Amino acid sequence: MGSTLIEKIFAHNIGADSVKAGDIITVNVDRVMIHDIFIPFVKDKFEEMGFTKIWDPDRTVLIYDHLVPASQLDDPRHHHIGDDFCDKYGVKNVHRSDGICHQLMTEAGYVKPGDVAFGTDSHTVTYGCVGAFSTGIGYTEMASILGTGKLWVRVPETIRVNINGTLPEGVTSKDVILTIIGDLRADGATYKSLEFAGSTVDAMSVASRMTMSNMTVECGAKCGLFSPDAKTAEYCGLKGLDDFLTSLHGDEDAVYSKVLNYRAEDFVPVMACPSQVDKIKPVSQVILEAAAMEEGSVVPSVGLIKDGSIRVDQVFIGSCTNGRLEDLQAAASVLKGRHIAPFVKLIVTPASRKIYRDALADGTLDILAQAGAMITTPGCGLCCGRTGGILTDNEVVVATNNRNFLGRMGTSKVNIYLASPVTAAKCAVAGKIV
Amino acid sequence: MEQFTGKVWLLGDDIDTDIIIPTEYLALKTVKDMAPYGFSPLRPELAAQIKPGDIIVAGKNFGCGSSREQAPEVIKALGVRAVIARSYARIFFRNAINNGLLLIENDTLCNDVKEGDEITVNVGESIEYNGKTYPEAGGLVKAMQKLNGIIK
Repeated sequence: MGSTLIEKIFAHNIGADSVKAGDIITVNVDRVMIHDIFIPFVKDKFEEMGFTKIWDPDRTVLIYDHLVPASQLDDPRHHHIGDDFCDKYGVKNVHRSDGICHQLMTEAGYVKPGDVAFGTDSHTVTYGCVGAFSTGIGYTEMASILGTGKLWVRVPETIRVNINGTLPEGVTSKDVILTIIGDLRADGATYKSLEFAGSTVDAMSVASRMTMSNMTVECGAKCGLFSPDAKTAEYCGLKGLDDFLTSLHGDEDAVYSKVLNYRAEDFVPVMACPSQVDKIKPVSQVILEAAAMEEGSVVPSVGLIKDGSIRVDQVFIGSCTNGRLEDLQAAASVLKGRHIAPFVKLIVTPASRKIYRDALADGTLDILAQAGAMITTPGCGLCCGRTGGILTDNEVVVATNNRNFLGRMGTSKVNIYLASPVTAAKCAVAGKIV
Repeated sequence: MEQFTGKVWLLGDDIDTDIIIPTEYLALKTVKDMAPYGFSPLRPELAAQIKPGDIIVAGKNFGCGSSREQAPEVIKALGVRAVIARSYARIFFRNAINNGLLLIENDTLCNDVKEGDEITVNVGESIEYNGKTYPEAGGLVKAMQKLNGIIK
């Protein structure tokens, strides 16, 4: 009987011939990521457990991204505690203002195909884009890994997602993953591995795959995996794929708990509507529904109906989901030679310093700035609702990030619509959902 | 057998970690400092109303969202004795166990129970509410008896 992609990664990690879904195993951790917001708690737990040294400081990465630049008086404390922690235990892989942790972990070469990685953030699932197992854990488990280099996991069952064909113009991998989340629902893949395959994902850039892996946690998944290929090898700075990496695909005769089949041509631009990440509707449907609502009224979980459509107060393009160069370029292609609606605030946050510089060098940032965008420092920014761009009651934001939870970007009456960078840019120009 | 009785606070499906404790309070020094803001996006008054020994009953996918371990810790800090939900999200589940927060899975109690009512939990065995015992089957033997039509 064959194996799923995750079964192959875990078997290789523990040196077994094979493992099967449901097995409880103890993995050898290749890399861990801790971010600024939880480092004080990791340090406390680590020392409370009685550890005096980290099992392998070189496999440990600390990234400041949620609290950079600091926006509240308590924030800088986290950075001081993080710096002290690194000095004390010899951690040298520290990024203090280079970008979002999930962008940096693969971009800076910390995670390679086939690796097993854990992070103190739920979007750690992102590294599945290069064929690595990675998932989010709490600070207590992180402290125990720092001491031992190991963690127990249950080998997850796998949902296979086959996507074949060519995506329509203007439809991105964000629309694909939002559609899948809408079909599976917010708990549809709880404790499971999502394995993506087919000609559509083969044709995607690593950046586009990253968007999809990133959001798999929104349907409860433990990981969201792509098979490594030549593009992966190039992105990760590998000369090629060895036998193990070449074998990293789900076998035809592997056991899947479910198989979803999609035709790429069927995908359309979609949005996650306020305030559930699985409340997915085609943009065309959102527009039609708004047209039937009372003009001038403020509709709960929708927004202000103005001129027959939903008025947009702010647009956010960024985050570990959609803050990469191709995302900024996609927005720029919509915004080139145009200007955003006068009342709209457009906030663009590149996911990393490298992306910021690349977008500066190729003129993308200039196009966005000319169109009226505020371009901010790389980091989590507005996505986690702590810095620039907080909204208030009844306002509408169209955002490219991953969560539209109640109260995430301001008050609990803010209406957050999640969409692709293309849709977001169009909404910024129109000042309404289009 | 451990047994306790507590007052119920009833919540819905997909209670996410941003609802349990919003990101803006995560840089406060201690979990105790965060506790007063628990559940504030959904029910700002709730944290002050919860008394030690109370029980949260909810729908499916409780604790979905971020990896913040403050979510189960805040629930514990508020004095909640147990959470009874239809299902739990993965990271929250592990974090709750690692912090000794009692999680119970039950598929039907959330449909029956009214907020403010008292329920009794017999740990590892059953929940009693309004003269009814949950889980209704009460183990494999009763489940098979139900399958065979011996009991309803």
